[in-house]
Amino acid sequence: MVLNKKQLILHVLRARSIARRYLITNGFDGSLTMLGMLTGFYTSGMTELSVAISACLGAAVALFISGLCSAYLSEKAEREKELRELEQALLVDLKESDYGQASRYLPILVALVNGLAPLLLSLVILLPLFFAEQFHALPSSSFINAIVVALICIFSLGVFLGKISKTFWLWSGLRTLIIAIVTVAIILFFGRSI
Amino acid sequence: MTKTRRLVLDVLKPHQPNALDFSSALANLGADYRVKLTVTEVDKKTESTIVTIEGSDINFENIKTAIEQMGASVHSIDEVEVYGAEPT
Repeated sequence: MVLNKKQLILHVLRARSIARRYLITNGFDGSLTMLGMLTGFYTSGMTELSVAISACLGAAVALFISGLCSAYLSEKAEREKELRELEQALLVDLKESDYGQASRYLPILVALVNGLAPLLLSLVILLPLFFAEQFHALPSSSFINAIVVALICIFSLGVFLGKISKTFWLWSGLRTLIIAIVTVAIILFFGRSI
Repeated sequence: MTKTRRLVLDVLKPHQPNALDFSSALANLGADYRVKLTVTEVDKKTESTIVTIEGSDINFENIKTAIEQMGASVHSIDEVEVYGAEPT
């Protein structure tokens, strides 16, 4: 088995599993936020698509910045602590080693995954709204389309989780879908009672 | 010009990269390098190992740099086998 340097660095600090975890966590966060906002707009009878798009884009950008900064700061602190502990155990300076490089490089990678996951998923979910505004379709039907896209995204995240944990993909997908449907039901209940 | 054919090193390494990845990275440094790694002690964060490298012309500096690059350190050179210049 021939390992190149980048593979070794990724392997050393289990970067893939960490990035994967952040992708699911914040991807789910972003999708559910968009689903909540879209359901809210639908129940309130919002007719201005541009207002809804602006609000959702604002939330998506905020999720991107929040994901980027929070993951970078927390992961950097965690990596520095780990590196210091390892340096104490080995009694060597690891700054120039693969560990040192990974400690600098990994927080950036993880932050990008954590920030981009909700942003990209939000943009996919908002596609029906963009199209509806472009082609002057009915706002209510475009909200329903976007909600369906959000449910598909959340189901796909569940399927991805199932693949990682090597459990039955359909059950895993249905589990996340049920969470999303319950969220929609709660918002519809409160939206109609207000 | 001498040629080092065999080196036995006492190396303290972190748990990652594991013994297989660590040995493979060292073996890749030379076309005919053969590496044997024995873990002698396992600690909470580190592993004490004995690394035996065999080859027709081992470059110790390259090996030491690669070991340090992977976050490990050479504690001592425990055994060497060096050949002198071959008669022309």
